[in-house]
Amino acid sequence: MTTRVLLNLVHPIFEKSWANQAMLEAIRDLDYVYVNDLYEEYPDYFIDIKREQKLLLEHPLVIFQHPFYWYSSPSLLKEWQDLVLADGFAYGEGGYQLAKNHWLNAITAGAAKDSYTPEGFNQFSTEELLRPFEQTADFCGMNFVKPFIMYEAETISHSAVEKEAIRYRDYVDSLAKSLDLLSDDEPVEED
Amino acid sequence: MEEASFLYQAFIFLLAAVVGVPIAKQLGLGSVLGYLVAGIIIGPFAMGLVGQDVTDIMHFAEFGVVMMLFLIGLELQPKKLWKMRMPILGLGGLQVVITMVLLTLLALVFDLHWKMALAIGMIFALSSTAIVLQTLSEKDLLRTDAGKSAFSVLLFQDIAVIPMLTLLPLLATLPVESSQSVGHTELEAWQQAALVFAVITGIILVGRYLVRPIFNWIARTGLREIFIATSLLLVLSITIAMQEIGLSPALGAFLAGVVLAESEYRHELEVGLVTFKSLLLGLFFITVGASINLELLMQSPWLILLLVTALIVIKIIVLMILAKQFKMALIENLLFSFALAQGGEFAFVLFSFASQNGVLGQDIISLLTVVVALSMALTPVLLIACEKVIIPRLSFGKERREFDTVDDGETPVIVAGYGRFGQIVSRILRSQGFDTTLLEYDAVQIDLVKKFGTKAYYGDVTNEEVLRAAGADTAKLMVIAVGNQEKTLKVIDLCHKHFPHLKIYSRAKGRREAYEQKKAGADIVMRETLGSAVILGREALMGLGYRKYQAHRTATAFYHYDSQHLEELAEVWGDKQYVIKAAERAEMLEAVLKADQADSSAMRRAWNTPVSLEEEESDDEENRDAESDGAELKNKPQES
Repeated sequence: MTTRVLLNLVHPIFEKSWANQAMLEAIRDLDYVYVNDLYEEYPDYFIDIKREQKLLLEHPLVIFQHPFYWYSSPSLLKEWQDLVLADGFAYGEGGYQLAKNHWLNAITAGAAKDSYTPEGFNQFSTEELLRPFEQTADFCGMNFVKPFIMYEAETISHSAVEKEAIRYRDYVDSLAKSLDLLSDDEPVEED
Repeated sequence: MEEASFLYQAFIFLLAAVVGVPIAKQLGLGSVLGYLVAGIIIGPFAMGLVGQDVTDIMHFAEFGVVMMLFLIGLELQPKKLWKMRMPILGLGGLQVVITMVLLTLLALVFDLHWKMALAIGMIFALSSTAIVLQTLSEKDLLRTDAGKSAFSVLLFQDIAVIPMLTLLPLLATLPVESSQSVGHTELEAWQQAALVFAVITGIILVGRYLVRPIFNWIARTGLREIFIATSLLLVLSITIAMQEIGLSPALGAFLAGVVLAESEYRHELEVGLVTFKSLLLGLFFITVGASINLELLMQSPWLILLLVTALIVIKIIVLMILAKQFKMALIENLLFSFALAQGGEFAFVLFSFASQNGVLGQDIISLLTVVVALSMALTPVLLIACEKVIIPRLSFGKERREFDTVDDGETPVIVAGYGRFGQIVSRILRSQGFDTTLLEYDAVQIDLVKKFGTKAYYGDVTNEEVLRAAGADTAKLMVIAVGNQEKTLKVIDLCHKHFPHLKIYSRAKGRREAYEQKKAGADIVMRETLGSAVILGREALMGLGYRKYQAHRTATAFYHYDSQHLEELAEVWGDKQYVIKAAERAEMLEAVLKADQADSSAMRRAWNTPVSLEEEESDDEENRDAESDGAELKNKPQES
């Protein structure tokens, strides 16, 4: 089937991340998700811009699954944003081609949920910390949907991780359904 | 058959082998039986195609046994040998002593003088290294428990020959017919011991310190046949030296093999000698077959049959009990016991020695020679019976223990060609803890890298056996870094034919060579100049004033597009002629340039941080407030 959701997996040491593996494993149940492993595709950071843009146009929902490195993402995702969300494509003259797309951050965070509060050592809420992503999406006219976050990803038990992964899958599935991505009338295809 | 010339004899032996062995193999009987039967048929007692003097040829062919032990020694590093000391001394020692006692008692039943009986017991306690090892290796059993134990016992027997040669003359009961003897037995015991010690030390020292430079020197000449000649010469010298002091040449050769097991010429020595060994062993088996005196067998069939049966049964029982004591699993035990239940080739030597020293009479010797030869010929049959009839009937079914872990020599990667190219590949792999087996055909290079503490093996990688010896059966990757197109293609071919599981990573000179290698079946092909040229191009851009990152990106773009086009074109290459290929090449170059251009225009658009087009950025004063600024900016660019 043609895939409707693009999963941009961004993890430099995916092989060591139990949580991200479990999440990917769970998401594979959804056959309409296309997995694009960025560190595997572009180990030398030489991103194939055309390919990435094409993938975005073909998939109305794009997920960025990544660890919460320094309150953000691994650096390849930043490079990806800088190059792929280019002037004339994502914004600017002849841009805004992603205006009907949805943006989802799916994040694994090491710390506990209550640390992302004014009293906690992380001070700021994840909502605040994710503002750059939100604003980027918004700037491009994309719909920034509520992020999925797995807290304490490295310390909770395996079974808890598995549970979180299922929650992730169900969330994506419910999004895909509520956003009506799976119906046959294709929303956006190349202009 | 006096007129039988050397060539005629060679013709007969080869013909017998060429006809007999494939048939035996086809029937599932193994090569040894094929040789033996062929020998019986061409022998003086059947068709009489070869003369009565097969014993001379047999002694010559025994050199094959010596070579076999040398080759086995090459596989066995001293450390591994040391680990085997228990089975060798314990299992081997007990086997020889107990079997000897029992056989002596049996001989006494036949009313022989005790001295004769003891001599016979000693001689018959030995088994046949040649038959056992050849048969086991053909069945791929050498690495099993049974195989290793059998080898230990055989090794001890080779050592046991030394005291036997000393003892036999003391058992004389008949007038000595000649004073000629094997070895310098007229020396005092301590002198003899000192001599033995000196020669063995000599072999070890020569093997350790002299052989390497010599091979080094020979290898530099690049003459393969001289290298092989040197290998043969080495084994031959050991044989002669050992015979001079009355020791088993096989034992000496084995020792030399062990000493050389850690040398970088190991693989090459193996390859050079293995053919000679196999042919000589075959010849040896044929002569054993030919020497079975069928007339004598016809004269007293029952007596001989009884003796053969008694010999085999006693040996099997002793071996089985010992193996059980050494906690061998039942199936291994059976294989082990059946394998070793025969008289050995050393019996022939000891018989003639015994007759010279007046220990045994000629009539007994001819009778016993038939017994030994028959028991040898029966070994492959017994093993087949054991494998096909006895073991399947055991209720535990067929489960055999997994092949034992002699795998400390196994590496996941073989690097063929350890020059500048192979070194980089290998060092990267080793830095990540992957062992690599390094093969190199240039002795100077081997020497050079040795100075830096790296051990590369000398070997011709276009030889299947070299690859096999380097562990191609178990490796995962084959890195071909030899830098010679013809050789590279040969290796790719070999790997495809014999080791299809290997992933092939090959080095190519240029585009054309890369296409050929792709076509031949290499998985990953890398042009040797591409990487460095791209980097130099990058440096040149920097020299022209580019900022490093831009230069890097441009060079990387070239690298990616060029590699990609190579992949695509490899598939169509070779179907048509040069002209078309040239056209394609031009087309491709253009495509690369175009793609590069397209990319740089894409890059110009990149990193343009969306700026507000209408108002100046609110200044950089406070980061934390950026959020509120962002909110204001939010929708504006969209309108622009």
